[in-house]
Amino acid sequence: MSDSGREIEIEVLRYHPERDSEPHFETFRVPFAHDTSVLEGLQYIKDHLDGSLTFRWSCRMAICGSCGKMVNGEPKLSCHTFLRDYYPGKLRVEPLWHFPIVRDLVVDQTDFMEKLEAIKPYIVRDEEKPVSEGVYRQTPAQLARYQQFSQCINCLLCYAACPQYGLNSDFQGPGILALLHRYNSDSRDQGQARRMPIVNAEEGVWSCTLVGYCSEVCPKNVDPAAAVNRNKVNSTMDYFLRFLRPRGASS
Amino acid sequence: MQMIEADLAIVGGGGAGLRAAIAAAEADPGLRIVLVSKVVPMRSHTVAAEGGSAGVITEQDTLDLHFEDTVAGGDWLADQDAVDYFVRHCTEEMVQLEHWGCPWSRKPDGDTNVRNFGGMSTARTWFAADKTGFHMLHTLFQTSLKYSSIDRLDEYFAVDLLVEDGRCQGLVAIEIATGDFVLIDAKAVVMATGGAGRVFRQNTNAGTVTGDGIGMAYRHGVALRDMEFVQYHPTALPGSGILITEGCRGEGGYLVNKDGYRYLQDYNLGPVVSEPTPKTMELGPRDRLSQAFWHEERAGRTVDTPLGQAVHLELMHLGRAKLHERLPMIYELARTFLGIDPAESPIPVRPAVHYTMGGIATDARTATRLAGLYACGECSSVGIHGANRLGSNSLAELCVFGRVAGEAAARHARDAKTSDAAALSRQAEAVEGRALALLTREDGRDRLATLRDAMGDTMQEGIGIFRDTAGMQATCDKLAELEDRYRRVHLDDRTRSFNTEWLTAIELGFQLKVAGAIAWSALKREESRGAHKRLDQFGERDDENFLQHTLAFHQADAPPRLDYQPVNITRLPPAERRYGSATKKAASAAQGALP
Repeated sequence: MSDSGREIEIEVLRYHPERDSEPHFETFRVPFAHDTSVLEGLQYIKDHLDGSLTFRWSCRMAICGSCGKMVNGEPKLSCHTFLRDYYPGKLRVEPLWHFPIVRDLVVDQTDFMEKLEAIKPYIVRDEEKPVSEGVYRQTPAQLARYQQFSQCINCLLCYAACPQYGLNSDFQGPGILALLHRYNSDSRDQGQARRMPIVNAEEGVWSCTLVGYCSEVCPKNVDPAAAVNRNKVNSTMDYFLRFLRPRGASS
Repeated sequence: MQMIEADLAIVGGGGAGLRAAIAAAEADPGLRIVLVSKVVPMRSHTVAAEGGSAGVITEQDTLDLHFEDTVAGGDWLADQDAVDYFVRHCTEEMVQLEHWGCPWSRKPDGDTNVRNFGGMSTARTWFAADKTGFHMLHTLFQTSLKYSSIDRLDEYFAVDLLVEDGRCQGLVAIEIATGDFVLIDAKAVVMATGGAGRVFRQNTNAGTVTGDGIGMAYRHGVALRDMEFVQYHPTALPGSGILITEGCRGEGGYLVNKDGYRYLQDYNLGPVVSEPTPKTMELGPRDRLSQAFWHEERAGRTVDTPLGQAVHLELMHLGRAKLHERLPMIYELARTFLGIDPAESPIPVRPAVHYTMGGIATDARTATRLAGLYACGECSSVGIHGANRLGSNSLAELCVFGRVAGEAAARHARDAKTSDAAALSRQAEAVEGRALALLTREDGRDRLATLRDAMGDTMQEGIGIFRDTAGMQATCDKLAELEDRYRRVHLDDRTRSFNTEWLTAIELGFQLKVAGAIAWSALKREESRGAHKRLDQFGERDDENFLQHTLAFHQADAPPRLDYQPVNITRLPPAERRYGSATKKAASAAQGALP
């Protein structure tokens, strides 16, 4: 791992629910090479210096969404953030902001999971088409309407970036609104009317103050800010259309 | 200890477990289903599959061709009844995923598209750009949220099965956040815990792929079948082992050695073709391609990189637009992890351990020999992969057999009776005691990472792409030594809540068992077949003695007891595997053999 013989200081937030009343920082010195990721730096600490350091990780190729951390105050996937980019300075690693800490760098993601379940993140049909009838047609243009928003890996970086979510976690937040928009924009889906109450509510799109930092930190270019904005238009439309046709009619 | 009562418990929240859960919920809406997963389901390793999932769909394709490709690709060690069932049900599963919202890549007319893949006669691999596993997993997970009867236990770590009166009746798990144990009382259990690739040092697998379910079933007397067949994927990044999908070659990528020469033509995979051609050159099967790399490396024709020897995967001629459309993740991975723009420079790649082709032995419908226990996905050996799995058969497998397992287990759960609850409790407490002993040991010596790395290294050395008796024996011996040292593993962390060091130690216990089954099964297969290639006197396929499955049975403090089981051959008799220019001849010969 250390082909260059260089070492970097990593300052890590520590918190243990069984013995700490509040978090503190602990510093480790970690050897690194050109391709050593922040995640590998943390793994080095766990393997060789202190086996009690606690963090989530899994795929180490930026697709599972497990390893988000604050690195020098910015939300990052630790597997594709590299120690070389912080050297010769030091590195401060914290759990993702705006979530309760379970232990060390592990946050409680229950709130996100509950919100995800509530938005009906699946295809809703008035009538199911039997599998024997084959696939729905969906042109590349129709696919393109939602494809970007289907790239969300649920890594929660956008929640750590979102000042509104930090102030009030009732806000649905960027990732959830992007996923909601992903299903609403899918030509196979007929569930938009059932999802609009979530969009329209105070905790829906209208809580967003257009900071746009969510899109900046997104490692998959989902651009949740764009999804939120399009839903402001949808929400306004929905408000007016409500007077024109009965609730639940196809939208 | 907290007790959770369920009808059906599914262990593992990846593609297979989720598909099983949905199938069970649909088959019997009244069933109480508990889905236990050590990570939140969308973190499961299915997420990292890239290239695609097989299913016959085009006019020029037939189920027979998919059957023959799979059986020949597996060097005739696949069970043909299982393969038959598999190929007949792949396509409906792909359509089902489409109905559930999977963003399959499309043709201009809006129909779903397919691409070429290694060892397949024609394009039949459904894909969602190069993030097929990611999209399948999220589609399955999000769809599973529709079913209120699926009760998820996210971040619960399964420690052991409960077996009473000869039947599997649940399991014990640790709630990771608190470290508390729970007894999950269930009338049937589906194991869907994934493979064991992490027993090797260099692999494409996520950190979670530690063979837990395989180890659990094994320790309860269930046979592990064909564990010696470990797939080395020919194209992973040197060092990290990050996967570079076969889809790159399906789209037309070339593999060249340090001289810029497309070396696969020297390994019976030619003629050299410029367009992707089924079963030819870069679209040969994975075992052959990894073996060709090994020869090139030995001959000094590989590229020296800071992280080891490699060959070059050239995608430059595909053009930037196609890379962005078809291979966006590979494009990003190359840029992020190597600082390379694949539209301008080749990607250095080398083989790395990728897939566990053996697993928990089941019948052709996912039932194990332990009543009440079913297995599906990579942890299982339902019999379709034989000695070498074809790319894009595993994503299809987890759907086809995930569904079968969910439905079969649901039926079993409906009729099964529960045993004495007190007996299950006593067992659960014993399980808890053993797991907690890891935390209280005072004579710990080796660090966890020391043992884990030593295991990975010895597996890599002895159970490589090519193997010999001495090397395999040395690995078997080393594993015995490591199992002994494991009894005195030292842990820094003696606390309960979110103690990942403790969980990793439990995983290492499973890994050492599974590694032993792999190494001994390999040593005793005295022939060469598919991914099991020997350099000693057993360099040829030996149908007379080894056209049979290896079964490994666990024995405490001793090497596994090995037994053998006939391969189910229904309609395609063993023949020579042919690729490249020999493909046509082989295909027509095989066609003649079919009824």
